[in-house]
Amino acid sequence: MPAVSKGDGMRGLAVFISDIRNCKSKEAEIKRINKELANIRSKFKGDKALDGYSKKKYVCKLLFIFLLGHDIDFGHMEAVNLLSSNKYTEKQIGYLFISVLVNSNSELIRLINNAIKNDLSSRNPTFMCLALHCIANVGSREMAEAFAGEIPRILVAGDTMDSVKQSAALCLLRLYKTSPDLVLMGEWTSRVVHLLNDQHMGVVTAAISLITCLSQKNPDEFKTCVSLAVSRLSRIVSSASTDLQDYTYYFVPAPWLSCKLLRLLQCYPPPEDGAVKGRLVECLETILNKAQEPPKSKKVQHSNAKNAILFEAISLIIHYDSEPNLLVRACNQLGQFLQHRETNLRYLALESMCTLASSEFSHEAVKTHIETVINALKTERDVSVRQRAADLLYAMCDRSNAKQIVAEMLSYLETADYSIREEMVLKVAILAEKYAVDYSWYVDTILNLIRIAGDYVSEEVWYRVIQIVINRDDVQGYAAKTVFEALQAPACHENMVKVGGYILGEFGNLIAGDPRSSPLVQFNLLHSKFHLCSVPTRALLLSAYIKFINLFPETKATIQEVLRSDSQIRNSDVELQQRAVEYLKLSSIASTDVLATVLEEMPPFPERESSILAKLKKKKGPGAVSELEEGRREGGELNGGGERGGDASVMATSNASTPSPSADLLGLRSAAPVGSAAPSAGSLLVDVFSEGGPATASASVNDDGFLRDLEQPTEVSDSLLVEGPGDSDSAPPSVASEDPAPPLPEADELLNKFVCKNNGVLFENQLLQIGIKSEYRQNLGRMYLFYGNKTSVQFSSFCTTVTCPGDLQAQLNVQTKPVEPLVEGGAQVQQVINIECLTDFVDAPLLNIKFRYGGALQNVTLKLPVTINKFFQPTDMASHDFFQRWKQLSQPQQEAQKIFKAGQGMDTEVLKAKLLGLGTALLENVDPNPENYVCAGVIQTKGQQVGCLLRLEPNAQAQMYRLTLRSSKDTVSKRLCDLLAEQF
Amino acid sequence: MIGGLFIYNHKGEVLISRVYRNDIGRNAVDAFRVNVIHARQQVRSPVSNIARTSFFHVKRSNIWLAAVTKQNVNAAMVFEFLYKMCDVMAAYFGKISEENIKNNFVLIYELLDEILDFGYPQNSETGALKTFITQQGIKGQHQTKEEQSQITSQVTGQIGWRREGIKYRRNELFLDVLESVNLLMSPQGQVLSAHVSGRVVMKSYLSGMPECKFGMNDKIVIDKQGKGGVTDEAGKSELGGSSGKQSIAIDDCTFHQCVRLSRFDSERSISFIPPDGDYELMRYRTTKDIILPFRVIPLVREVGRTKLEVKVVIKSNFKPSLLAQKIEVRIPTPLTTSGVQVICMKGKAKYKASENAIVWKIKRMAGMKESQISAEIELLPTNDKKKWARPPISMNFEVPFAPSGLKVRYLKVFESKLNYSDHDVIKWVRYIGRSGIYETRC
Repeated sequence: MPAVSKGDGMRGLAVFISDIRNCKSKEAEIKRINKELANIRSKFKGDKALDGYSKKKYVCKLLFIFLLGHDIDFGHMEAVNLLSSNKYTEKQIGYLFISVLVNSNSELIRLINNAIKNDLSSRNPTFMCLALHCIANVGSREMAEAFAGEIPRILVAGDTMDSVKQSAALCLLRLYKTSPDLVLMGEWTSRVVHLLNDQHMGVVTAAISLITCLSQKNPDEFKTCVSLAVSRLSRIVSSASTDLQDYTYYFVPAPWLSCKLLRLLQCYPPPEDGAVKGRLVECLETILNKAQEPPKSKKVQHSNAKNAILFEAISLIIHYDSEPNLLVRACNQLGQFLQHRETNLRYLALESMCTLASSEFSHEAVKTHIETVINALKTERDVSVRQRAADLLYAMCDRSNAKQIVAEMLSYLETADYSIREEMVLKVAILAEKYAVDYSWYVDTILNLIRIAGDYVSEEVWYRVIQIVINRDDVQGYAAKTVFEALQAPACHENMVKVGGYILGEFGNLIAGDPRSSPLVQFNLLHSKFHLCSVPTRALLLSAYIKFINLFPETKATIQEVLRSDSQIRNSDVELQQRAVEYLKLSSIASTDVLATVLEEMPPFPERESSILAKLKKKKGPGAVSELEEGRREGGELNGGGERGGDASVMATSNASTPSPSADLLGLRSAAPVGSAAPSAGSLLVDVFSEGGPATASASVNDDGFLRDLEQPTEVSDSLLVEGPGDSDSAPPSVASEDPAPPLPEADELLNKFVCKNNGVLFENQLLQIGIKSEYRQNLGRMYLFYGNKTSVQFSSFCTTVTCPGDLQAQLNVQTKPVEPLVEGGAQVQQVINIECLTDFVDAPLLNIKFRYGGALQNVTLKLPVTINKFFQPTDMASHDFFQRWKQLSQPQQEAQKIFKAGQGMDTEVLKAKLLGLGTALLENVDPNPENYVCAGVIQTKGQQVGCLLRLEPNAQAQMYRLTLRSSKDTVSKRLCDLLAEQF
Repeated sequence: MIGGLFIYNHKGEVLISRVYRNDIGRNAVDAFRVNVIHARQQVRSPVSNIARTSFFHVKRSNIWLAAVTKQNVNAAMVFEFLYKMCDVMAAYFGKISEENIKNNFVLIYELLDEILDFGYPQNSETGALKTFITQQGIKGQHQTKEEQSQITSQVTGQIGWRREGIKYRRNELFLDVLESVNLLMSPQGQVLSAHVSGRVVMKSYLSGMPECKFGMNDKIVIDKQGKGGVTDEAGKSELGGSSGKQSIAIDDCTFHQCVRLSRFDSERSISFIPPDGDYELMRYRTTKDIILPFRVIPLVREVGRTKLEVKVVIKSNFKPSLLAQKIEVRIPTPLTTSGVQVICMKGKAKYKASENAIVWKIKRMAGMKESQISAEIELLPTNDKKKWARPPISMNFEVPFAPSGLKVRYLKVFESKLNYSDHDVIKWVRYIGRSGIYETRC
């Protein structure tokens, strides 16, 4: 834009602006503006014609007033008049006013469009440019409607000036971005692509922005641009620095254009044509070679431009992920940058390396830089660079270097910036768990973590430690010793006290032999922390105390004394008070045998029992689990099979106070059958102990979801390493083409969890939680999946696919709706899946989830809990009818029978609830033996209906079941029998 | 309990900053500047709550005074203190302006130390303060022991506002009744709301420790007297009903601390030992039977889209012998005004573009007269359909009587120790009625 020359200087405007600047107060400014507005109004009054100069001046003043934040409701007409002026400055001010102040006023838009049309057809390049700029600046739909057809013509016309072409390309890009439906490129496509061959570099640069945008939408139509782009790139790269004259920037030929070309190539997979590919590889090598050359200038602009191209080339190499040679070279180049003086370069190098680390070809190469990266983590001055270093360490970690990396990250945590601590803690926890070979190391690490950064350790992290300790006999003694030592520090973090209380309560006896950690010493140590803790922790400690009474009868008197004190038994907090009262009574009334039974050591958590935990977790978030756990711990034996009962009691006390990603899953549907199960004797006790409501939230631990994660981390990590690379393209089709990871080994277990229920938490690890809510009617089902991001960092390229392997495709019809590719930290997204059962089936559909977390690709495959019994319709029938049908289905292939040992207790109510959850009708008074259970139902598929009869005969003495299923179709009987056998 | 007090200039720079309590940090200074002075929208509320801290502010010309607290204080107390603070500063160095504050900052800190202690307001009586906070600085040290003890006994004594041993050759009393009348009237002449807020301001130059008694035509007092006996007088007033009401109903009133409130409560008589010099004896408010000094009759006619004809008549409604002064009528014009022609019979009228109004000024006007202005306003047609909101026509004036009808019946001075009687005191009484917000819709 040419500056306003002296002759054109608008003195009135300058005076006005300086007046405004000199105003002392807002009131004075408003007064001055009012005065000026009145003046302009009197000038714009229709009766006298203004010359172009004054019109321009007043329009300028109006523009200035508008930009100061005042409303302008006149002067549009004068601005439009300026458009038809022949003077550049007047036209320019007119366009400026229009671009800033245009609103969808119909009559004016028509006039403006008319003026623009005139200018576009004027053949005066400056006027054409002004008009194009105006269209691009306004970029409204009206503009697009009026000019979307015209601009491509200008763009490709042979006689258009280069500068106009540039403007036209960018203008078209803008219109395409605002209203893609109006910009139809059909006939112009090939001619636009050929702009890449244009003589004028400016035109190419402008055109390439347009092409990149267009090709992202329709990659196929613009496929031809790849070869053109490669040849253009090779011409630029191989040119001497003087060849391109104006477009050489500090000895670097056309850096912007090169970057854009490289970026365009990233929209496409590697070229298939060998010659083109060879040429491209040559280019990339040249770029890498040039990075090694000594700089031609000391100016920062030179190295900036050179590095910009280099980084763009590296991201292209990472995108292709097919040239090991190039990947390694890129990695080495980045390694050099890691020690560069320039902070920005180090940052970029770390960031690119993060993506390189997830490529199988360069993973090893990245690992060689571990020392440098660790050094960067320690010594970098800029926190964002340190953050990148931490990310890279996380990405490059594998079994071989896990110990070193975790140790380094831990030691860094002590001095880490507050803003990244939480993320670091999470990363350390994940790594420690993923690569733990030796569980005492894991315990040490996590305890250290709590010691160093206790405030940033989330509940889940310490839940897991306890889980692991409980499930592994070999570390229990070690853990007890370690926490005992850790607790001796004068100031402990509360999380440490929680872990300590729990572990000593469970396994304190393992170290009680040592006089230095005798029972009383242990108790006194724990109790010394008691008063500094929050209510939930105190509640947990009280539970630990009662466990002590069981473990060490000699401490009974001391502990009873503590429980009896006013500060416990009359505590203002209801939960603490109740615990104190109940524990006191329990300890004084119950005999040692009863105590030992009630307060038995926590059993390890078999997978089979996980359903109820997951269910609770789903309902009330992670906190609720502990409530049940509390119940389990105290309830011990009595609660053996009382899953449903426990559930009911929690339901009763539930108040949904714990916000959780899946809190909305709490549905009445699932509550109804559960509520109907009356609490058994065992669950009664549970009820008493777990009534504390949310106060007990963090009081306890163990969640099977975590447990499972601990046992399978290696698989996940492997897939992580393999699947990582090549996913830099966010376009859905290319992601879909990637192989989903094989299903998790425990996917079947997960499936079994959902046989008898429709809602729950399907899967959970430290990053992601997947909740399910489903409903079925006849042969149709609808499933809502809730993906919760548990971290504070967003997931990118989030993509889920549901596939039906093998025969299932013909048996089940599954439709999904796509989800948003970005999941913000802490957010939850919902996906709806519609299922139609065509005929009976055995397998379950697979759900694959892929997303990027901190640059690393995560890939998880699960089985969707869709089983044949979901399509059950209950049928009620009398005893007589039942046996008649039972006899009708007496062919041997129609019957499936299994005799198996009870996996859990044989509580009547729980069994009933499970059978109801199955979907069948539970028939009372049918079987002559009241102990037996009899059910009937019809499975609805699209093609046919399959009647099903079920008989379950428990043998309480032998703890065995006999399950008999008869249906009109043999596959159905078999499948149902298999499914059900896992449930009891 | 005020936690701190800050004074800012119009740019938001801190001129005075005095923190009384530890709960107020330095960042409170910036919080107020950012959230109130530099706020994008004009902050109208005098109380702003920012991050659990309350800011009470008053603005004097371009100067902001802000009191800050984290506690739940009596807001009325804080504002009373801020106004008092303004009065004290004005009494010491005149107009409150940035320059004056900068020139007197030592004095201001000294005053702040005296009138606020740990955030609790103390004696803020200007007269008393002036005895021990002087502007002469060093000279203050030359006070004799006796003088100092006298000051101490006065400040700590029962009558903190007057020292003993004052002597005047001429005992004089000046009494001003200052009222401002507020009105909102509909175009048809219906009173939508009206009230008068008045002040009785005195200046006394009396010797010794005189006891004064002030009487006015308060309705309760008059009625009581009427009942009490002199039926004769009551009959007279009924007969001479033409003179209008004899008494006024006061809605509420506040007094200077020297007034004995107990006696006012029991007998409704206002008796006091006056401070020396200037002070405000009382404030009051009335809403009934207000004499409206002027009536404004607007006539607005829209001629097509581009023209507006305005005619405004003002009528003075008081005794012809009295003269109103400084009359100013402000007629708002639409925001699309592009030209104005004005014709008026009396005074001068001008279109002020910067204020979007026609301002019509008349120097003097006697009672029971009327005057007229007519204006032709040309409008610029604009494309948006926003209708002009027609703000009310406002008016300013000054009249030499009290629009509330308040009359001073007596002001008696008794000084038992010194030998002068009520008759020896020269008393001056003056009534001034001014316009407050005096608006008529058009």
